[in-house]
Amino acid sequence: MLTAEFLYKSYGGKAVLEDVSFDLGQEETLAVVGPSGCGKTSLLYLLGGLSSPDAGRVLLRGASVTRPTPDISIILQDYGLLPWRTVIDNVALGLKLHGTGRAERREKARAQLAELGITGRDLDYPANLSGGEQQRVAIARAFVTSPRLMLLDEPFSSLDALTREQLQRTLLDVWRKRRIPYVLVTHSLEEAVMLGKRIMVMSGRPAHPVAFFDNPGFGDANIRDTEACFSLLKDIRHTVEDVW
Amino acid sequence: MVGFFKSVLRYGAVILVMGLLWKAAALALGGVILPHPEDAVAALARAMTTGRFWEHFMASAWRATAGMALAWITAFPLGLVMGFMKRVDAVLAPFVFLTYPVPKIVLLPVFLLLLGLGDGSKIVMIALILGYQILVTTRDGVRSIHPKYFDSVRSLGGSRTDVLREVLLPAALPHGFTALRLGTGVSVAVLFFVESFATTRGLGYMIMDAWGAMDYLTMFTGILGMSIMGAALYEVANILERRACKWMFLRSKG
Repeated sequence: MLTAEFLYKSYGGKAVLEDVSFDLGQEETLAVVGPSGCGKTSLLYLLGGLSSPDAGRVLLRGASVTRPTPDISIILQDYGLLPWRTVIDNVALGLKLHGTGRAERREKARAQLAELGITGRDLDYPANLSGGEQQRVAIARAFVTSPRLMLLDEPFSSLDALTREQLQRTLLDVWRKRRIPYVLVTHSLEEAVMLGKRIMVMSGRPAHPVAFFDNPGFGDANIRDTEACFSLLKDIRHTVEDVW
Repeated sequence: MVGFFKSVLRYGAVILVMGLLWKAAALALGGVILPHPEDAVAALARAMTTGRFWEHFMASAWRATAGMALAWITAFPLGLVMGFMKRVDAVLAPFVFLTYPVPKIVLLPVFLLLLGLGDGSKIVMIALILGYQILVTTRDGVRSIHPKYFDSVRSLGGSRTDVLREVLLPAALPHGFTALRLGTGVSVAVLFFVESFATTRGLGYMIMDAWGAMDYLTMFTGILGMSIMGAALYEVANILERRACKWMFLRSKG
């Protein structure tokens, strides 16, 4: 489905990512954890075609990703909603850019918002919404184009704990229905265990994968309360303590 | 509607305070050089029933409005381009910033020679002075747009044109409108100056002509007329900004 091969990226002569390789299968989800500022966002930008690697390549279903494509939706940090567009126009933006007619894109956007529990807010602006609502709108915008792959950049980092947990469950619910594979970048180990079928631990700069963990409990809404979760978290924490 | 009444109340309060200060000054100066406010307002009310006053008023309003519109349609797009395209900015910015401090008003005789004594030279003078403000404010505003908005549209597969339409234009509009709104005062000041020369129409001419004839009531009629016009232009720019940039005037829910 998605393959990253020997990715290398530098800014101003300083390596940010080095030798990053992994695969993501159909219906799989990958949580990438790493210390703050290690280059996780840079990795996501490479995967989404928003920037180009200095070496290596990204393949989506065998085709090289060199620029943003409708097959990949990205949820950026701080939601990435346009403050000058209404909720409905923000959600429908991707469809608009791909040439979908106004009535059709609004209908799809409305349905997607309803699926995420946002109704009657079409004509509000992002500033009228709470952080959690803004994130739901951002998720709706990413899903409405029916992408083949989702990329999420610390999507819940600026939310309070309760809202974060609600939205994590919402994301899992949508994933169960749609089965769209995603790569999620986070610095929270707990979030990685909640949302990643596989977990990739990155080193500090220049970042590279140091360990992969399978998460057999993935998809269980109550995973936080399971012994397997504690055990997995303990293993990841041991790895992290050695390399961060 | 609430906003409209708030505006009226605000203006009413300011007019009341200004009127009281004016009255105190008129009493102190004997009411000759500085007429009493009630006399000036009565003179304005009388003038407003004459065609001559409106001829002056409309001539000034046309010049100010045309100058502001010309400034906007030339400087705003140029500011967008300079803010967005670094190569264009590298070429144009030195010209703009080297000439920015030069008082453009000194070029009025040149414009009178080049464009004649009609409205053209006056309109271009206003546009030039206001245009610099709109250009610099818009250019700096575009450069301050957070890159995440560009990434947001690009991540959805947006082209360069999409980025221009979906991010650049809406994000730059508030900066352009703020410059336009704040520039109304400058425009009216320049208007007064350019109407002091080579014309027999306009409130600036009316004021200077009455001053020369020591007809202070008429002079204050012109001054009040110009103040009303300046306030009206400011409010129009304010309304345009609120309409075009509705999102800027929301209270964040946080």
